[in-house]
Amino acid sequence: MITVDLEETSVRDLNQRLHDLPGDTNERTWTVVNPGGRHALLAGLTLPLAVTVRGHVGYYCAGMNEAADVVIDGHAGVGVAENIMSGSVRVRGNASQAAAASGHGGLVVIEGDASARCGISMKGVDIVVGGSVGHMSAFMAQAGRLVVCGDAGGDLGDSLYEAVIYVQGTVASLGADCEEQPMADADRAAVAELLARAGIAGDPARFRRYGSARQLYHFHVDHADAY
Amino acid sequence: MCGIVGLFLKNAALRPDLGRHLSRMLVEMGDRGPDSAGFAVYRRPAAEGAVKITLFHPDPAFHWEALATAFGLALDAATTAAQRGNHAVLTTAAAEAPARAWLARQHPEVRVMGFGRSIEVFKDMGGPEAVARRFDLAGMDGTHALGHTRMATESAVTTEHSHPFAVGSELCLVHNGSLSNHNRLRRNLARAGIRFDTDNDSEVAAGYFAHRLQQGDSLADAMRAGLDDLDGFYTFAVGTREGFAVLRDPVACKPAILAETDDWVAMGSEWKAIAPLPGADRAKVWEPEPATVYAWGRA
Repeated sequence: MITVDLEETSVRDLNQRLHDLPGDTNERTWTVVNPGGRHALLAGLTLPLAVTVRGHVGYYCAGMNEAADVVIDGHAGVGVAENIMSGSVRVRGNASQAAAASGHGGLVVIEGDASARCGISMKGVDIVVGGSVGHMSAFMAQAGRLVVCGDAGGDLGDSLYEAVIYVQGTVASLGADCEEQPMADADRAAVAELLARAGIAGDPARFRRYGSARQLYHFHVDHADAY
Repeated sequence: MCGIVGLFLKNAALRPDLGRHLSRMLVEMGDRGPDSAGFAVYRRPAAEGAVKITLFHPDPAFHWEALATAFGLALDAATTAAQRGNHAVLTTAAAEAPARAWLARQHPEVRVMGFGRSIEVFKDMGGPEAVARRFDLAGMDGTHALGHTRMATESAVTTEHSHPFAVGSELCLVHNGSLSNHNRLRRNLARAGIRFDTDNDSEVAAGYFAHRLQQGDSLADAMRAGLDDLDGFYTFAVGTREGFAVLRDPVACKPAILAETDDWVAMGSEWKAIAPLPGADRAKVWEPEPATVYAWGRA
């Protein structure tokens, strides 16, 4: 295991070192200490590395992640795992707003609460939040699944496309074109599988499903006057 | 973009180091606001019946002792001056209205930066490291403090336009964001007797809260009322003699993070600002919810 201390190494040097690793590297397990809330840590990883950050990180940690498994043992600032492509990012504390924004794939786990706009414009990523999410979560979410074990803030799933949201607790309000939909066996199986992958305990039978009513994003000739 | 920080000490043993901790927090927010910086420290309350007035004169060699002597003679009130950089804290038994009137008449070039029994306010152009050093922030004790690093978007870069804004007694405000209805609000508040020194939008928010407190609101009630009356983007931190409160607008696009340990409560625009505090690794850390008042005070 390689340990990098950000009191001694710059974020730029750390990120460059990780980017420069050859595909067949055997330096696959990394620990980063003293992150001190610095921004853009571990951005753009493309190899199946296991990286643990001990402490709180700033903005856009593990952005654009591909293949790597990142664990943040602390709080994550704005936009953690933004545009994640694959692999996984786990936050052991809470996350600030826009967690997993526009994520294309992979798994993002927030063990605590995620703030506003969690999963905004998600495009295929799976997100499991152990606590609650703030307002406007899954705004314009296109694909992927957002599982919320706690409560959801106002305007959940506003302008939703084809992402699916599962919430165990209460929903403050639904956004435009987001509706509650029946939970099928396949939904319960999906929640069970995601909770298991996230390592978060929960009863799939207690979750409700929210999805797009598909009234907003299809052009409807009867609405032509509105444009 | 601006940076704001706040620190409230629950453990009295940390009070001698308040300024040192706030200074580190402020420096971490330098990237968010290199134009000017400022801070308000609540410390060493003046004796019963006396107040502290923080004053600014652009000339660092200004003769504060002479001003204090003339002020004391004119208002028949025991008065002392303690200089810090181009500011000085006047401690006096004079009442607020005659004190302000005398200063405006005799020294129109002198600006009142803060007013109250405990509050001292220092602010100036330049990055936070230079400003903190200029006023020896690291050497200041106290119970709680707020700070600001400014990247100006809305009005001029001058000492007077820097934060914190201290419009009411013991009250100060730091702001990250911008207000869109400040001109109309300023006119309304001015008619109600609130005085403004600049055309800055954040000063209007400070005046708004000062006005609500004068009308009998608690700080938390005043801030909740602000959700209806203040139009724009904001993360506010507002300090009073007892503590400080934090409020984000309902959309919450300006960042904020809160942290609490047994020893202190801290807020910052980013975690970077809080990371250097003692025991930060073990703090409870969370992002404050929009349109929700978070307040801490001394019991």
